[in-house]
This record gives sequence, C-alpha cells and structure tokens, in this order.
Amino acid sequence: MIEQVAVSGLLMGLIYALVAVGLSLTWGVLDIINFAHGEYLMLSMYTAFWLYTLFNMDPYVSLPLAALLIFVIGYLNYKIVIKKVIDAPGLTALLATFGLSLLFRNLAQFFWTPNIRFISNTIVTDKKIELGSVVLGMPQLVAAIGSIIMVFVIYHFITKTKIGKAIQATAQDKSTARLMGINTEKIYALTLAIAGAAAGIAGSFMSTFYPVYPESGMMYGLLGFVIVALGGFGNIMGALYGGIIIGLAEAFGAYFLGTQFKYAVVFLIYLVVIQFKPRGLFGW
Amino acid sequence: MLRVKNLKAGYDGVPVIFDVSFEVREGELVSIVGSNGAGKTTILRAISGLIKPLAGEIEFMGERIDRIPAHEIVERGIAHVPEGRHVFGKMSIRDNLLMGAYTIKSEAEIRKTYEEVCDIFPRLRERESQKAETLSGGEQQMLAIARGLMSRPKILMVDEMSLGLMPILVDKVLDILREIRNRGTTVLLVEQKVQEALEMADRGYVLQTGRIITSGTNKELLESDLVKKAYLGM
Repeated sequence: MIEQVAVSGLLMGLIYALVAVGLSLTWGVLDIINFAHGEYLMLSMYTAFWLYTLFNMDPYVSLPLAALLIFVIGYLNYKIVIKKVIDAPGLTALLATFGLSLLFRNLAQFFWTPNIRFISNTIVTDKKIELGSVVLGMPQLVAAIGSIIMVFVIYHFITKTKIGKAIQATAQDKSTARLMGINTEKIYALTLAIAGAAAGIAGSFMSTFYPVYPESGMMYGLLGFVIVALGGFGNIMGALYGGIIIGLAEAFGAYFLGTQFKYAVVFLIYLVVIQFKPRGLFGW
Repeated sequence: MLRVKNLKAGYDGVPVIFDVSFEVREGELVSIVGSNGAGKTTILRAISGLIKPLAGEIEFMGERIDRIPAHEIVERGIAHVPEGRHVFGKMSIRDNLLMGAYTIKSEAEIRKTYEEVCDIFPRLRERESQKAETLSGGEQQMLAIARGLMSRPKILMVDEMSLGLMPILVDKVLDILREIRNRGTTVLLVEQKVQEALEMADRGYVLQTGRIITSGTNKELLESDLVKKAYLGM
C-alpha cells in the first residue's frame, strides 16, 4: 500500500512541477507573483473540454491548441495588464494579477456555468497498468511523463538557447540586459507566454482525469506557490524537486492522516521550510 | 563620432546634469573626470538610452540617438560597461560574453570576436565555464569590459572601472583600455581617479556638479591650476 501511495504522489508531483515551473519563471524573471497562473490551468482545461465536446477532439490531440491559446493569453496579459503595473510601487502588481484571476474565474462561471464537468471518454480513460501490487492510472501516468518531459524542454530552452540565456540575463539584471541589446519588454512578454503554455499543457493533461469547473485551477495555483517557495524563485529544477516533494507530502498526508488533512501537511512543510530556508531548498 | 549637445538629464524629472556638451572623435581615448556625484554616470546612461534626456541632443555617427531605446543603441555601435561591473553572476563567463554579442546574428562572427576578446583577456578563456560570481573584483571588471567588446562596438564607454580595484589592477585595466584603443576602438572613459584617467587619455573633460567646467588635452588639463587644486591636491 505504501508503494502505491508513493507512486501516486510522485505522479501528481510531476504534474505540479510543470504548473510550478511557469510560476517560478514569472516570479524569477518579472519579479511578480502571478495569481492568475492557476486560472491558465483552468482555461486550458475548458479548452480541452470544449474541443472534446464540440469536435470530439481527444485532449491529447487538442493539447497543442490549448498550449498555444494559453501562450497567447499569457502574452496578452503582459501587454495589456502587467506591463502597466510592473514598476508600480507596493502591492499594485500583486493586486492586478489577483484581479485577473478573479476575472478569469468569473468569466468562466458566466459563460460556462459553475457546473462540474468531466471529459468522460478519452483514449486513456479507465486504462491502467499493474506492476505487482501497484496500480498506475494511465491518465496520471501519461500526464506525469508528459510533464517531466516539458520541464526538461523548458530547462533546456532557458539554459541552452540564446533567447533562454537572454531571459536569464534579464532576470538577473534588467538594466544591464538592456545594455547588451536585449529587448527586455519582449523578454517579459515571452516569459509570461511560456509560463502560460506550460500551464496550458499541464491543464490539458489534467483534463483527462480531473473535473473541469471555474475553480479547477485555484488549488493548483496555490500549490504552485508553495512549490516555487520550496524550489527557489526562478529555479526550474527546484520547481521539479519541489513538485515531487509536495506530491509525496500530499499523498502520504492523505494516507496517514486522512484526505481532509493532506493540504495541512503540504502547508506545514512550507511553513517549516521558509522558517529555515527563506530562499527555498534549492534557491539561487 | 559622438557629439553631446546641451544635454540635460536626471531621474524622475530632477536634473543631475545641466547643459553638458562634449565630443568624442573617432580613434580617441577621451576621459570625463569628476568627483562622486558629479553626474558622470548619468551622462553615460543618457547616451546608452537607459534614461531619456530632459533636453539636448545626442548624435552618433551623424544620427540623433537620444530617443532610441537602450536595446537598439548597442546595434549602432555603442557599448556601455556599467559602473559596478554588473556581470551576470549566475551565468558562466562564456555565457556572459555571448550575451555581450546578443545583437550579432552571425555565429561565425561571434566565434571570431570571442577569440579576439579572449586574446586580450586570456584569464577569461581559462575559466570560461566558471560562474561569473566566482571571479575576483578585478577579473569581473575585465569580464565586463570584454563583454562590452563582444558587440564589436565603434565606441566603448567605460564607467568608473577603478571602483573597488586595487591601484595595481587599475593600472592594468587602463593599459588594456589603451590597447583596445590602439586596436581601433574609440574609448570614452568616465572616472573619479582624475590623474590616472587624464594621463591615459588624449583629451579630457572635467565635470563638476553636473556641468563641464573645463576641457582640453590631457597635458593641458594635468597642468591647469583648476585641476591641480581641485583634484590632484597640489
């Protein structure tokens, strides 16, 4: 039974990691907390749901579309909202992204009702793999594998490509990055777009086994913050490790204390870690 | 080559420099000297587009550049080595240098420039995969200058390179700047180490509380009573 709990926790943790990567990038590069990040997830899940319902597209097929759509939404969020508040004092940027989050959630409720919906028949629904006593749900397994691949793709992009390095340079020292000829405005918009695409992909994967409703993304957004705080702001591999820790903590918390207390364990870990390592376990 | 006319600039609308005019000709090494707070950094930040001038004109190679955003200034051939070095500490030395060449499209040209720059700073090649933050202050200054050269600038502007360096290193960096000039890059040096900066330069300007109070060749300035009294303690 313990192995089952560990494996389930690990799979969820890998998905959390992909959600957190985007949040971590946004935080590390733009130095803002994007409260709307969880809503990107929700919007992507609705995209998968509607494409499935209206055109019978499997979420795995519609995944690139959802990713692209949230990429564009992230980009526009920067251009229309965040750009205007990024240099404003105090909590302005924070409140702006909080406002965005409420806006997305309420728009979803307005257009699509608060009803909980499921994508009931994807190519992985109800499929599972049994390894001895451990059962792996196919939707979760595919989502976890897809997520970890995406985390490594993003990591590679940031550390190895020229644009990725420009993103790093902008994160470390914006003025100096501009002196190098880097258009930091473009980098900011691109960072938010990439963060959106990552959440979009995570959302598509999750839509195969998680209910779709306006608040779908909320808890994941929140867990994302915890993971980013554990992993260190702007640290992609940190988000991966943080995601795994939180996934396992949640699974074991639920197993030993009951599901109603699983988040208590998660946030307890968070509180303990920031007491001793305020820059995160793997902070830069 | 670079002509600054009646420049007024500052922060949040409050001017720090007033009516500053000077000129750098191709192939020269020009120093702007003055004490801390005179406005030297502000001049460079206005030229490189990090701040918008409140009034006046900046002309480079015959083109007005004072309304152009910072990231487009570099492409025109102006490299600015900022005060306090500002290397990208978490990135490798190699990546720092590659960021310097961000505006250059051709891979071959970047590689060639990389080799040339590393010939001037062999230490950097030896340590190219090390993170920049692990370098000493002097090495970081070398890296910052090398990074500036990576964009193949027509003019290299160096802000307060002596800051936090021991005197022997200051002399070394000045020698390197002289060599860079001899290889054909124009250099604009901004310094509070007045004597060293003037000795090294062809011409100089003296900036005091936001205004240029005198200018001339290095000899004229080093021998002028004003400079002797105010800056050289003679």
